[in-house]
Amino acid sequence: MKHRISEFLVGLLFGLGLILSGMTDPSKVIGFLDIFGLWDPSLALVMGGAIAVGFFAFALAKKRTVNFLGGALHLPTSSQIDKPLVIGAVLFGAGWGLAGFCPGPALVSLASGQIKAAAFVVFMLAGMQLFEMLGRRATSAQ
Amino acid sequence: MTIDWIHFTPWLSLGGGILLGLASAAFILFNGRILGISGILAGLLSPRSGDVGWRIAFVLGIAAAPFVSALVLPADLIAASRIEAGYASIAIAGLLVGFGTRYGSGCTSGHGVCGLSRLSPRSLVATLTFMTLGFFMVYVIRHAI
Repeated sequence: MKHRISEFLVGLLFGLGLILSGMTDPSKVIGFLDIFGLWDPSLALVMGGAIAVGFFAFALAKKRTVNFLGGALHLPTSSQIDKPLVIGAVLFGAGWGLAGFCPGPALVSLASGQIKAAAFVVFMLAGMQLFEMLGRRATSAQ
Repeated sequence: MTIDWIHFTPWLSLGGGILLGLASAAFILFNGRILGISGILAGLLSPRSGDVGWRIAFVLGIAAAPFVSALVLPADLIAASRIEAGYASIAIAGLLVGFGTRYGSGCTSGHGVCGLSRLSPRSLVATLTFMTLGFFMVYVIRHAI
């Protein structure tokens, strides 16, 4: 139960950060991506602020074998820059620029009752499910 | 390039970014996990026993954020959400974001925040790639068609 409460609180803190930073406003996201037009640099500061804190946390995490609560510490082990990584990022970036939503802000906007955000989340989950199905077929064909 | 000074919110965005960093820090140090929204969601679509509760707790926390922010943050600080895309674009964008984040193993949070924070070359390539595509799409939509 202690863990569930801490996970809930981290989700809440992350959601509040998205709202305060302006990430939940797709037109602001698109304003940041519009470097050839009228450019709103705000989201570079979102990234900068997050990494300034995250850098120290991950430097500490790399030195440990268990987390502060004594449980497992799951750090990614893959270091290969491969085709799926790049193609996936291309598809994701195209979708991000098209609507101005990435997964976190879309969830926050869905919770605040916006119909278009709800539609986005439904199609996003469908896209994830489609990947699961194709991925499973590819694995079973081998 | 012209700076949009009217919409530029340096302090709010920096403050919000610091909260995102603190959340990512707490998640790896206390829960032992990378805070990546697309990965957390995808795990709920193909649930494995013992691997569901933490995902639901986290997603409920995110869902509670707009209600808590209405209580604790001054209303004039919060940007109104304006969605310019129509439903057809929303549908295509949703599919691309869902499929792309799974294929590329992460999104803005997992690669952009956590990956860059831990100096992962993989995440640097992913982040530069999705940002480039974001710039390109907005250029095409706003200036080329």
